[in-house]
Amino acid sequence: MKFGIVVFPGSNCDRDMQDALRDDLGKEVIMLWHKDKDLSMFSKEDCIILPGGFSYGDYLRCGAIARFSPMMQSVVDFANKGGKVLGVCNGFQILCESGLLPGVLLQNANRQFVCKNVFIKSEKGNAWKVPVAHGEGRYYADEKTLDELEAGGQVIFRYCSESGKVDMDANPNGALRNIAGIQNKNGNVFGMMPHPERCSSALMGNVDGKNVFKLLGLN
Amino acid sequence: MTYNVQVKVMPLKDLLDPQGKAVLGGLKNLGISAVGDVRIGRHITLQIEADTEAAARAIADEASKKLLANQVMEMYEIEMVG
Repeated sequence: MKFGIVVFPGSNCDRDMQDALRDDLGKEVIMLWHKDKDLSMFSKEDCIILPGGFSYGDYLRCGAIARFSPMMQSVVDFANKGGKVLGVCNGFQILCESGLLPGVLLQNANRQFVCKNVFIKSEKGNAWKVPVAHGEGRYYADEKTLDELEAGGQVIFRYCSESGKVDMDANPNGALRNIAGIQNKNGNVFGMMPHPERCSSALMGNVDGKNVFKLLGLN
Repeated sequence: MTYNVQVKVMPLKDLLDPQGKAVLGGLKNLGISAVGDVRIGRHITLQIEADTEAAARAIADEASKKLLANQVMEMYEIEMVG
């Protein structure tokens, strides 16, 4: 399985992601410029990553302009054909804006840019410590969409306490139902606000990010 | 013909608007306490080349739907100003 990382003007977690995938997970990584559109070197078994940052300066809305870049058109086609796509932070915002994932990421309820370690858990697993760094991470969708996400097992991560309790105290941004990450119905497009690439090396003092990649089948 | 079109984009009524809340706090600090609520949106002006006003409005509507507003979180209104 090889990885492509899309680099937009304003991406700033692209190199972190490259380091994590190449050095910590031992994967082949190809950097993809937003103005290109060739994804022919990737098969359905591969994964395209939309990294964190501030693509196009977050103008208009986070991720709103990035979705019209030539490379994103190819990424949408790639996803619709079953290829794996992971968006982290700004990448998650881009996936929501492009319609590959439902809902939207709103400004944090406490109006603050939140930059700290939080704990997240999947439906069954233990709590993992993963950092967040965002000003617009409050996941929002209408009630019907939220119910569908939960019924379909599409909520992949929720914010929780260190002991795994999901409640508002553990929610850093006011996200509805403590949602930190979701996947699409087909299970090939993933979006999450926390940054697994920032905690995949023992050098960083935390390797819970590797668990995240593993859970998503990206290892 | 060139039409000037204004698009007003506002967060949906049910949504918490943190920016508005921050400004409301600022107004209270200023002593302007009669203001009960503040909500902040965007005002966008477009110059549109079209044959008719209806055509210009249709273009503004398409632009709003596809890019200017995200209808999951925002609503928009179009006003033709000449």
